[in-house]
Amino acid sequence: MDAKDLDRTLDRMARQIVELIEPDQDPARHFGLIGMQTRGMYLARRLKSKIKKVEDLEIPFGVLDATMYRDDFRMRLKQPVVRATDIPFDITERHLVLVDDVLYTGRTIRSALDALMDIGRPGAVHCLVIVDRGLRELPICADIIGRQVPTLPGEEVRVRVNEIDDREGVWLVEHSQPSD
Amino acid sequence: MAGYPEEKVAKEELTSLRHQHLLGLATYGADEIELILDTARQFRSVLERPIRRVPTLRGITVVNLFFESSTRTRISFELAEKRLSADTINFSASGSSVSKGETLKDTARNIEAMKIDMVVIRHKSPGAPHFLTRCVDAVVINAGDGAHEHPTQALLDMLTISDHFESFRGLNVSIIGDISHSRVARSNIYALRALGANVTLCGPRTMMPVEIEKMGARLTHRLDEALEGCDVAMALRIQMERQEARLFPSLREYHERFGIKMEHLERYSDLLIMHPGPVNRGVELASDVVDHERAVILNQVTNGIAVRMAVLFLLAGSRGEITDDA
Repeated sequence: MDAKDLDRTLDRMARQIVELIEPDQDPARHFGLIGMQTRGMYLARRLKSKIKKVEDLEIPFGVLDATMYRDDFRMRLKQPVVRATDIPFDITERHLVLVDDVLYTGRTIRSALDALMDIGRPGAVHCLVIVDRGLRELPICADIIGRQVPTLPGEEVRVRVNEIDDREGVWLVEHSQPSD
Repeated sequence: MAGYPEEKVAKEELTSLRHQHLLGLATYGADEIELILDTARQFRSVLERPIRRVPTLRGITVVNLFFESSTRTRISFELAEKRLSADTINFSASGSSVSKGETLKDTARNIEAMKIDMVVIRHKSPGAPHFLTRCVDAVVINAGDGAHEHPTQALLDMLTISDHFESFRGLNVSIIGDISHSRVARSNIYALRALGANVTLCGPRTMMPVEIEKMGARLTHRLDEALEGCDVAMALRIQMERQEARLFPSLREYHERFGIKMEHLERYSDLLIMHPGPVNRGVELASDVVDHERAVILNQVTNGIAVRMAVLFLLAGSRGEITDDA
């Protein structure tokens, strides 16, 4: 996907998010958009502004870092970096949409769910990803998907955003090399 | 191992410590200290949540080996370990095999045989933690070795200072009291110098080590000089045994010459007061100073747990290139 495709897909997903909002509920109190550190955060922010532009709705926004809940802590060769978690509203009873760039084994979403459960008791959690690349290791699925791309274990799906990368788009890299 | 995407991290950003242990801050760089402080801030927010724990160190066993009695530091470490879901074991010198004459080395070997992952040690001999790294395979964290270093105390002091000041560069910090017997002073001097702060040491001549200026600090025996232009004043605890050793004539005289009083807080209106605790009211700090809002003593307790969580997390997880073993 190039930058324009990504933008078009985000437009479509923004509308799908709005469809999840109950008609009689005030989104400012009953809904929330949570971006996963790091790229999910930038993508969620874009979705939030698209929703504001198209539907004139203000969706509460938060950032979640699930590093402390990972299940692979002792097996990693590199130290995972703990980043900020900032959810400036009470998540209890809210419907949340968790936003991440790629859904792969499902472990990141699993840790995000554990993190959210320790913060409060959400009414519901929906999952939004730009790319679902299959190869799940846990029973996790996404509710809003940008694109479904079946992949092989050696491959890598890279989502890049202008806010922190030098280019924008989604790439499928075969026989994955170390990330630049 | 697949499962999580690789994080994109700015190339200059430090993501893990260059050390395998925390034996002291003498060899720690400013970037490592900043990494610990940044990580501690994230853990501090965990401490404010309804469920004050994270599963990060689940399955890791930590033993708190306290050969010197300590309530505050040990409890602080124990809480930090529990909040990270680690298994903790407490060992205190009295009523243990040590009082029956077991050496540190044999105690260590026994611990090693029990497959402990991390050891937090407080011992009256300087260098005991370093010695331990040669006997056990575990990660060693120094909780105070004689008058040598107390790195986690200095780190929590740095966190407290960073809550009140934008930067350490050029910050004027004065450490006042019994410098010669203070491991807290030493670790703080290392940390502050590494971060670019200016350090002034102040205390009676009898409590000032010879050539301490070589650590990069300014020396004075007059409190006024230490407080003039000072941003943060750290008062060190006076131990009563020192008075018996005639290192100063009386507690009252110490308070007269080196105790921080309300008049100082009034004269230096931006001065921040710190103290590692427990405070001797009326000795290092006048009683009304202790209760003043510019004495940030209680914040230091929460920061202590957060900093210790950060240290445990960063040392437990780092397995990458180890360049330094100090």
